[in-house]
Parts: sequence; C-alpha cells; structure tokens
Amino acid sequence: MKGKETIRWQIYANAAMTVLTLLALIPFILLIIASFTDNQWATVNGFSFFPGKWSMEAYKYIAASWSTIGKSYLMTIIVTAAGTALSLVVTAAFAYSLSDTRLPGGRFVNFLCVFTMLFGGGIVASYYTWSQIFHIRNTIFALIFPGLLMNAFNVILVKNYFTFSVPASLKEAARIDGAGELKIFASIVLPLSVPILATIGLMTGLMYWNDWTNGLYYLNQRDGSKYYTIQLILNQMNENISYLSKNASQMAGVSVGSLPATTVRMAIAVVGVLPVLVIYPFLQKYFVKGITLGAVKE
Amino acid sequence: MAKKTKTGVKKRGEKIYWKQMIPLYLLMLPGLTYMICNNYLPMFGISIAFKKLDVRKGIWGSPWCGFENFKFLFKTSTAFDIIRNTVLYNVVFIILGTVLAIAAAILLNEVRSKVASRIYQSLILLPYLISWVVVSYLVYAFFAADTGLINSVLKGLGLNTIQWYQEKRYWPFILTFVHLWKGIGYSMIIYLSSIVGISQDYYEAARIDGATKWQQIKNITLPLIKPTVITMFILSIGRIFASDFGLFYQVPKNSGALYSVTQTIDVYVYNALMQNSDYGMSSAASVFQSIVGFILVMTANKIVSKYSRENALF
Repeated sequence: MKGKETIRWQIYANAAMTVLTLLALIPFILLIIASFTDNQWATVNGFSFFPGKWSMEAYKYIAASWSTIGKSYLMTIIVTAAGTALSLVVTAAFAYSLSDTRLPGGRFVNFLCVFTMLFGGGIVASYYTWSQIFHIRNTIFALIFPGLLMNAFNVILVKNYFTFSVPASLKEAARIDGAGELKIFASIVLPLSVPILATIGLMTGLMYWNDWTNGLYYLNQRDGSKYYTIQLILNQMNENISYLSKNASQMAGVSVGSLPATTVRMAIAVVGVLPVLVIYPFLQKYFVKGITLGAVKE
Repeated sequence: MAKKTKTGVKKRGEKIYWKQMIPLYLLMLPGLTYMICNNYLPMFGISIAFKKLDVRKGIWGSPWCGFENFKFLFKTSTAFDIIRNTVLYNVVFIILGTVLAIAAAILLNEVRSKVASRIYQSLILLPYLISWVVVSYLVYAFFAADTGLINSVLKGLGLNTIQWYQEKRYWPFILTFVHLWKGIGYSMIIYLSSIVGISQDYYEAARIDGATKWQQIKNITLPLIKPTVITMFILSIGRIFASDFGLFYQVPKNSGALYSVTQTIDVYVYNALMQNSDYGMSSAASVFQSIVGFILVMTANKIVSKYSRENALF
C-alpha cells in the first residue's frame, strides 16, 4: 500500500514536471527551427516543428550583415559589463557606509533608500529628469544610468551580508591595527563578500543584457541607433513591422526592403538569446540562489 | 554593542570621530548621488502633472494648471479601460499564479531523483531569464497571421485562419498564458524554498500515523507555507496598480487594434508620452499610478506587519 502510493506520486510529480518543462522549452525549439527554415517554404506553409525545407540562409544573412548585428552585440556586451561593474561598486560602497551603525546620518540615508521601494515619481517624471536635466538622450549613458544602476533591494541584501556574514571581530581587529575604513572595506570586507556580490552581479548583468526599455525611451532611431543593443535591434524590427502594417497603403519612411525576411528575424532573436541559453546551464544554481535570496529577506 | 562603540568613540573626541567617518561618507557619495538623481528628483517631477508643461520653459517656467490634466484624462474612455485592464489582469495573475506555482512547487518537491528535480527546475525557470522582446518573437512564431504555427495548423485542418494581432477576444487568454509561462518558474522556486524549509519530522510522524500523501500536503505543507503565501499575496495586492510594461507592450506588439484589452497604465503612459509627446495626459496617468500605488503598498505592508512582523517590508 505505502509503496504503491509512493510510486503513484512519483508518476504524478514527474508527469506534471515533464509537462511544465516541455511547455517552457517548446517555444524556444520552435524559434530555433523557424530560424533554420527555408524562407520561401515558411512563407507558403508557415512555421512548423518539421519544416519541409531546411536552410542556413538566415544565418548567412546575419553573417553578411554582421557590421550591424555584430556592432549591436558588442554594444550589448559593453553596456552589460560596464553597467554591472559600476553597479556592483556603487552598491557595495553605499551598502558598506550604511552597514556602519556609528555613521551620523546613516539611519536617515537608510530610510531614504528604503523609501524608494515604496514611492517613485513615475515614468514621466523620470523621463523628464533624465532627458531634460541630465540630457542623457542618445548617449551610451542612457543605457546604463536610468533605473538600473542601483536599487534599494540589492543595497539591503548586501548591507545585511556585511552586517551578519562578515565577522565584526575582523573589522575591529583591523581598526585596532590602524587600518582606515577604505582599507578595511577594500581588503577585508569585499573579499569576504564575493558570494553575495557574485549573486547580485549575475542578476544585474542579466538585467542589463535583457534591457530594452531605456533604449526605447532615450534612444531614437535617427541619432541613437549607433548605441542599439541586440534587444533594441529586435525591438526596432517589431516597430517597423507594426509601422508597415499601420501604413500599408503609404509605405512611407520604412521600405519593405529594409525589413529582413521573417526567418532572418527569428534567427536574430536566436542570436540575441543564445548567450543566455549557453551560459545558463553553468550558472543555474546561482540564478536560483539569486531568486531565493531576493525573496527571503533576513 | 553598537551603542557602546558609539559612546566610546565620542569620548575620544569629536575630531577623531569625524576624521574616521569621512571615508565612509566618500563611499556613500556615489550611491547617494545616484539615488537623488534617479529617485528623488523625479519625485519633484510629479509637479509636471499639475502644470501646462512647455518643454522649452522647463518645469519651473511652465504655468500651473491645477487638476486640469487629470480632468482631461478621466474624461476619456481610455482612462477607464487602462485602469480596468491593469487591475483585472493583476487579479487574474495573482490568483492563477499563486495556485499554479504552489501546485508546481509541491509536485517538484515530491520528485525523488535529485538530477531530474534540478533539470525540471532549471528548464521551468528558463523563460524568466529571457527579455520581453525575445518573448514577443516566441509568441509571434505561434500567432503570426501569415507564418505562425497555429494558423498553419488551422489551415492544415481545413479551418479558417485567424488574424491574431487584430482580434481582441483572444488576448486576455494569450497574455495570461504568457505571463504564467514566464513567471511560474520564479514563484515556484520561492514556494519550493519555503517547502524545503519544513522539518522532515512532521512528515515522519504523519507517515507513522498512516497519513496519505494528500493528507500530508493538506495538513502539513499547506499550513506551514501559509505565511509565505500570504506575504507574497498581500505584497502583490500592493502592486495591483503596476503592470509589466514588457508583457503588455511587446507581446501584443503594441497593436492599436488590441488596445482596449491590452493597454495598461504603463503602456498608455508610454504611448501618450513618446508617440504623442503629451506630457499632460501621460504625467496625469503616471502620477495617479504612483500615488495610488503608494497608498496600496503602505496599506498592504501595514496588513503584513500585523499578520507577521518579520515578513513586512519595513
């Protein structure tokens, strides 16, 4: 009886999880197959898991137009690397200053930080601030600064780690030896905090890699397209399609010729998502850790 | 302990104390500056909603107009649509998302094989890590009118094809499905970490008493993850006025024909601001959203802190 029930639950659980796993994977499989489908065949028959005619055309097109796509790839990498590095430095330094309970004014700044989680000026006010006061439009900074660089949640996570997981006795001992706060921060606290920094760094990196809203708001097609990341290239193709379908009769501004074939667009999406798919298996446990860390606040 | 150090330092004299603190202020400076620019200046920017903004004159130079912008906004039928869409989608997402994620977490926890369990978990989380732009391509591969998989299947069956991006009635289902598809891995992991934290002793005792698996789930697992569930639930109620811009903008490809069922406050604000350069309407909608959002978050937090102090945000 007991054994039977256990087996039955194993079947239920594995069946349900297999269904969910397949549901998660199938769209990616379709996207990849679509990108390897012959464009002519797809136009006539539509995408299929078993296309009648395979083709590498789409990837040859990407290779041929690598000057655009490769550039956007490089831009994605630059923005992700610079943004993540800067974010980690600013967040860790800020969190360290807040973790010192002796600091006059520290509690007030801490309150300011927590308050940002509760209230914000909204999208329009942020847009106005960044574009009219800081003139960030159509510069590379538009992809790094607005919204993404530091958030209260990460500050609290790192601050808690500094407070609870870095032994206070080490800092105290260094102080007695005459080390200044900067030295303690750089040579004692930071090296001991690699686990938390790696975790939030990974999540921040993913956020920069996937971001397209900053480009949408702050880069325009005419002056800002030289900073387009791969996500923004994908977004631009989306916009051009909806522009074409809205103005089908006039075809002004965007010509049909400037829009790559449907299988090519699928291939560009594959290229955009590939790094995440490739890196993910190696880092999956850190992603899971990042999520549970964020959820279980200590 | 902290207090002792403080007085101890002070006794040694203010001068040394401040000198010691200067490096800490230096470390604070970049973060504090960023926070002021990114979070606090926009809070003053709220005044845009009460002004007849002329970009050349700036916020301070533009004349006040009281609640004029809000009046204009709420006169339109769009105002009702976007608020209804934002709130209703959130209600559906909260209910379905919670139930499905808990069910998935319980079932995943039952899987014996460690390897299989890790594979399931990683693959179900995968959609969570993908940008909304890429998701819009995945959805397009299924729903495109000319080349989409669904239409080619319909054609194969001899049925009429559907212009998915023009037909409103399907989108509440499509958007709900896509939201669940992308988010279930995330919430499943959160609930799983709560389930894993339950002591095995309870289950051991229940098994000795002859409880079935179902009884164990109903009487041990569910009651013990209740605090997590309620906290997550109330916090999402607090965010019921916010919407995922990516989901509602990218997935329907900002198709005008679908606006009445896909446009949420965030999408409306984007369209009004960036397509029509309408500072009045967009700022009114955006400020309305942040103020109602603030009230909701505060209320939700108050309720959480009453229910379980340690799970409150502050």
